[in-house]
Amino acid sequence: MSEQRESAPVHGDLTEAGAGGGLMLPRVFRHIGNTGLSLVITLFGLLLVTFVIGRLVPVDPVLSVVGERATQEQYETAARAMGLDKPIPEQFAIYVNSVAHGDFGHSNLTARPVVEDLADAFPATLELATLATILGVLFGVPAGVVSAVNQGRWPDQVLRFVGLLGYSMPVFWLGLIALLVFYGQLEWVGGPGRLDTSYELSYEFDVTRHTGSILIDSALSGAWDVLFNALTHIVLPVVVLGYFSLAYISRMTRSFMLEQLGQEYVTTARVKGVPEWRVVWVHALGNAAVPLITVIVLSYAALLEGSVLTETVFAWPGLGLYITKALFAADLNAVLGGTVVIGVVFVCLNLLSDLLYVAVDPRAR
Amino acid sequence: MTTVENTSKGGLGAWLKTDTPTSRFHARCISIWNAWADLSGNFLAMVGLAIIIALILMAIFAPWLATANPNIQHLGDRLQPPGWQGHLLGTDELGRDIWSRIVFGARVTLYIVGLVAVTAPVFGLIIGAVAGTIGGWTDRLLMRLTDIFLAFPRLILALAFVAALGPGIVNAVLAIALTAWPPYARVARAETLTVRRSDYIAAARLQGASTLRIIIGHIMPMCVSSLIIRVTLDMAGIILTAAGLGFLGLGAQPPLAEWGAMISTGRQYLLSHWWVATIPGLAILTVSLGFNLLGDGLRDVLDPRGNRQ
Repeated sequence: MSEQRESAPVHGDLTEAGAGGGLMLPRVFRHIGNTGLSLVITLFGLLLVTFVIGRLVPVDPVLSVVGERATQEQYETAARAMGLDKPIPEQFAIYVNSVAHGDFGHSNLTARPVVEDLADAFPATLELATLATILGVLFGVPAGVVSAVNQGRWPDQVLRFVGLLGYSMPVFWLGLIALLVFYGQLEWVGGPGRLDTSYELSYEFDVTRHTGSILIDSALSGAWDVLFNALTHIVLPVVVLGYFSLAYISRMTRSFMLEQLGQEYVTTARVKGVPEWRVVWVHALGNAAVPLITVIVLSYAALLEGSVLTETVFAWPGLGLYITKALFAADLNAVLGGTVVIGVVFVCLNLLSDLLYVAVDPRAR
Repeated sequence: MTTVENTSKGGLGAWLKTDTPTSRFHARCISIWNAWADLSGNFLAMVGLAIIIALILMAIFAPWLATANPNIQHLGDRLQPPGWQGHLLGTDELGRDIWSRIVFGARVTLYIVGLVAVTAPVFGLIIGAVAGTIGGWTDRLLMRLTDIFLAFPRLILALAFVAALGPGIVNAVLAIALTAWPPYARVARAETLTVRRSDYIAAARLQGASTLRIIIGHIMPMCVSSLIIRVTLDMAGIILTAAGLGFLGLGAQPPLAEWGAMISTGRQYLLSHWWVATIPGLAILTVSLGFNLLGDGLRDVLDPRGNRQ
């Protein structure tokens, strides 16, 4: 993130002088313009990569449509209908165009348009990642602050080790252990899936879909038993994912806070007689909040991705599980569609963190 | 040329502790010794190092450490608990000895980590150093490419690559390496930007060194120490990604003993036979914890900007 602002005009750098014409524009607009442009280029590159992957796959897309026994003629007609006889650049243009119109083709696995499948799966992933991030921030930020204030002493050592453990643990394994203990042995929570099978019917008929999130929809429809059951199912994957988020956030908070606590304004505030809790939690944390926002947004994006394994373990019908299933069924449209959607969300969240950075930190304007 | 100095008065210890190095090699040895002295005082980093050494020894001496052939099935002895009839950690769903499979799995893990660790950073180093040194449009193009790959979620991209290339351990390595290089390119470029205006680069250029020579001989060596820290810190991530691919059935294929794949099969027997899935997970956890502890320690020692207050 900081690499972008390294350009002190050094001798002989003509490109810097050439860009001086834009100096009249306020820097905010220039910044937004630049990020917008890079967003477009990145999205284009994203599509290019998925397109290349799609062409690399050893599966013949025509054969999977017409079947093994098709005649040469049928095969060629199908290939022409799919646009495979056109030059590669034109095929790519068609691909970009259809994706821009929200058309990812049909899924062979579900026999539905990929977009509809993705629209069903995305809220489930979003629900999981959002709650996990909230949990991570709620516990990770205080943990990082406590760690930094007690640097080197036992609370710091304990919290750092807990964080490092989160860094080192395979998420799918932790999920399995959590299922084994809290579902298998203690029976405190619901098992895999979003609901018990007995509640699935009542979710189907009693709950109107507003958002696609079971928790919100069932609360809005007043189906409290469904809501309660859904809560017992979501708590385990959220805690597992939240732990990983916590590990990352607390580690970053600690290092940002250490940096701030060494600054002179902290000494000034202490000398002035500002209470210590205020120095730490208001002055220092307030300044550390700026880079922290970027970290939180990025960890949110990472959770949307990292949920592939968690969703597999908890049979959670989100994007990750959808992509994995499609992968094994050699359902290319679905895999690429899912990859593009996650990539786009990733890029947009990156952009959001950039903009938040500018909005929060007056020095970046 | 060094043997002479070695035998001079005071022996090796004094030779390493002197503050007047007599050759370039001598100076390098002293700086490595000082770094080691710092590192060895860090208890957790030493624990990490011990774990990694144990892993390497385990991989080398696997045939002697294993109590049974990791791939021979005894269907009559399937799913036996740890400690049963000399099976230290029990047996899996095909009656194979889990301890032996863990021991041989160390080889697979080291193989994956080793291959990724020699490919991705080198590729990133080349991209980053070239972009930083040449600058201008080359820089913009290469960094934009890096950003695109950074924008992709790593596991998803690796999944898509494996889908395209077909499952298997080599393809898994390739997919991980393809997704792992961008951060190294960033690090290498940042280091390059700090040195490319230095006097010694200008001196080399004035002596007629070509751009290629400057990049390889004068820029790249400056990037190596930050890259080493970064690689060590990333090792755990690489192990976890590889295990994740194995867990999804896209990494090492059966009957190869890979820890992630072992968890995946153990998953079916989780509620009745906990050890089949639990033990390989502990192995993964231990090894990646080892790399993280060592990486943290290395960063504290080698990175002057780290939190060393």
